[in-house]
Amino acid sequence: MPTLRSRALVFSAAVAVSLAAFNGAAFAQKKYDTGASDTEIKIGNIMPYSGPASAYGTIGKTEEAYFRMVNEKGGINGRKINFITYDDAYSPPKAVEQVRKLVESDEVLAVFNPLGTPSNTAIQKYLNAKKVPQLFVATGATKWNDPKNFPWTIGWQPSYQSEAQIYAKFLLKEKPDAKIGILYQNDDFGKDYLKGTKDGLGAKAASMIVAEESYEISAPTIDTNIVKLKSANPDVVLIYTTPKFGAQTIKKIAELSWKPMIIITNVSASVGSVMQPAGFDNAQGVLSANYAKDGTDAQWDKDPKFKNWHAFVEKYMPGSNKTDSNMVYGYGAAQTLHKVLEMCGDDLTRANLMKQAASLKDFEPDTLLPGVKINTSANDFAPISQLQMMRFKGDKWELFGDIISGDVKVD
Amino acid sequence: MSALQEIVDTQPIETTPKKYMALGNYASIVVVILLCVAPLIAKNFVIFQMTMVLIYAIAVLALNILTGGSGQFSLGQSAFYALGAYTSAILMEVGGVNYALTLPIAGGICFIAGYLFGLPALRLSGIYLALATFALATAMPQLLKLHYFEAWTGGVQGLVITKPDAPFGLPLSQDMWLYYFVLVVSMAIYVASVNLLKSRSGRAMMAIRDNEIAASAMGVDVALYKTLAFGVSAGITGVAGGLGAIAVQFVAPDSYTIQLAIALFLGMVVGGVGWLPGSIVGAAFIVFVPNIAEHFSKGLSGAVFGLILVLIIFLLPHGSRQIAYTVQGWVHKLRK
Repeated sequence: MPTLRSRALVFSAAVAVSLAAFNGAAFAQKKYDTGASDTEIKIGNIMPYSGPASAYGTIGKTEEAYFRMVNEKGGINGRKINFITYDDAYSPPKAVEQVRKLVESDEVLAVFNPLGTPSNTAIQKYLNAKKVPQLFVATGATKWNDPKNFPWTIGWQPSYQSEAQIYAKFLLKEKPDAKIGILYQNDDFGKDYLKGTKDGLGAKAASMIVAEESYEISAPTIDTNIVKLKSANPDVVLIYTTPKFGAQTIKKIAELSWKPMIIITNVSASVGSVMQPAGFDNAQGVLSANYAKDGTDAQWDKDPKFKNWHAFVEKYMPGSNKTDSNMVYGYGAAQTLHKVLEMCGDDLTRANLMKQAASLKDFEPDTLLPGVKINTSANDFAPISQLQMMRFKGDKWELFGDIISGDVKVD
Repeated sequence: MSALQEIVDTQPIETTPKKYMALGNYASIVVVILLCVAPLIAKNFVIFQMTMVLIYAIAVLALNILTGGSGQFSLGQSAFYALGAYTSAILMEVGGVNYALTLPIAGGICFIAGYLFGLPALRLSGIYLALATFALATAMPQLLKLHYFEAWTGGVQGLVITKPDAPFGLPLSQDMWLYYFVLVVSMAIYVASVNLLKSRSGRAMMAIRDNEIAASAMGVDVALYKTLAFGVSAGITGVAGGLGAIAVQFVAPDSYTIQLAIALFLGMVVGGVGWLPGSIVGAAFIVFVPNIAEHFSKGLSGAVFGLILVLIIFLLPHGSRQIAYTVQGWVHKLRK
């Protein structure tokens, strides 16, 4: 009997060795960090679902719906996306608490598309210290493109400064003798635009800008600011406001029978929530720049790529209001993450995720304007940096001119 | 203070016996042990949450001294909290001062600010005072954004702060060290506050709360004690603000909006107005209940939070104090 037993032992040992070898081979291909496995990828997110900025909550809901769609279609490389999103109420202390919960309790692979400049600033140092990717932040501040100091943070949308520079370039070319009046919101958003405009105008800024007028986001109306702006008699008005004030400004300028050239930030370029309330008659000829398609703009209804967005909204977010540009935004951002996770393949480590996010080449999500492409590299953490000028005509925006790049270097 | 004086002084405020202000000895020991042991078994982020609870508890306690102690309302505590936070942040990041040393400075500056604000507030009472302080809370974030101060405050971008390590090479994580540091500070403030309210000054404040005219007839300097209450409350809030800045590692105007002032007010009501131990319950409420509400529904988190709040006000109008007394009653029955 002993021989038999030892044979059995040898056999089982051989099986064990070969199994181990097999497993070893499999492990060599698949690499995981916390938050990823054979079946699941955990992605965290924070959004202001309550509080003063709760309108942006739609972005989080859209992203949640997008990954539900991805999961129903079989996931990414066979793995389901577990999208965990929390409310930070647009409060930095709450953002820190929720992000720590995502990283330390839910153990997510990465934090994706957290919204708001203050919240992102509050979590940036923590995430970089923990080496957790802070992917595609939902803010237009310029500082996210800083791979040297913050290699775990990457932006997504064009920065406010680069957009403002595009307006400045446009004015220098088309109207070099312009007298410019600027209306801006007194916060990081408005001030970034102001800086971008001045940088773009360069030496001529002092002579061209004849009036700067700021307002607080808590103001109920900004009629007096516009009357004050008019008293300086500028012939170009730059409107760096959030949507509600954008509509008010266009309307008030028309009421004053004042006819300057108007350029409005793309944050407030929505047909449904700005141009329509301001009155289409009043909005004729208004200029802006954009990188994404407008959900309320009929010219994209037949666009094959944008049809995907319509189909998605109808199936996964039934009953929601398509005029809300946040749904276009959320879809585009989620699709970018989708692409990056696909590129990661079976190497779902945080380092590789960051590497792939910084290796996007000419990627075109369904929701971006034709010709606007996402490009990133180890030195370029600003995924979208192209915009196209557009003019409001009838009830929609007409794009004109070339796609312009507005890369801003961070010092 | 002689025994005779003690008796004479306590007579007019028999409506609020001392035990109403603090926990009994046994209960205090149990709470302190729980607070000391809890971080040893919790994850780092839970420790962070508990640190935030303690910090908000200090701020709620400060409001409790003002409202529960001297009967004055304030919706402007967020302004003092912000002032304290920025004082600590600027001293640490621009001045290179040790974090622990910034706290007394933050408290001192806020004490002066609160005392000065208390002077004009003397002319106002009740809801008018609440409105005046409300104005303070609304103005604060904008003042912090002013470009005159931008060199120090960082303007709208705020300031990022480095988190302190445990000193003397103690084998504690940053979170755990900060938790125990905050625990010690908050216990010291709690003990000092209880003693303040038990003291002659505290009794004077409570006399003003109960009946201002009667208090002044008895020789209490109403103006002095009212402004003093404001100063002390603001000073303690400032310390809480400084600790909050260190724990969150970031200060920005958007952290200190009117929402914070209302949250602190809520914390005081939920904890029980005038009952100092309730502060920590109120603080736990403002940290955890929004998370619970969000768990029910993302879109309706605000509504769910409101519903929970209405239920609490309806079922427990005296806040956590009511529960504490009910439990105390049971314990006494069991003993018998």
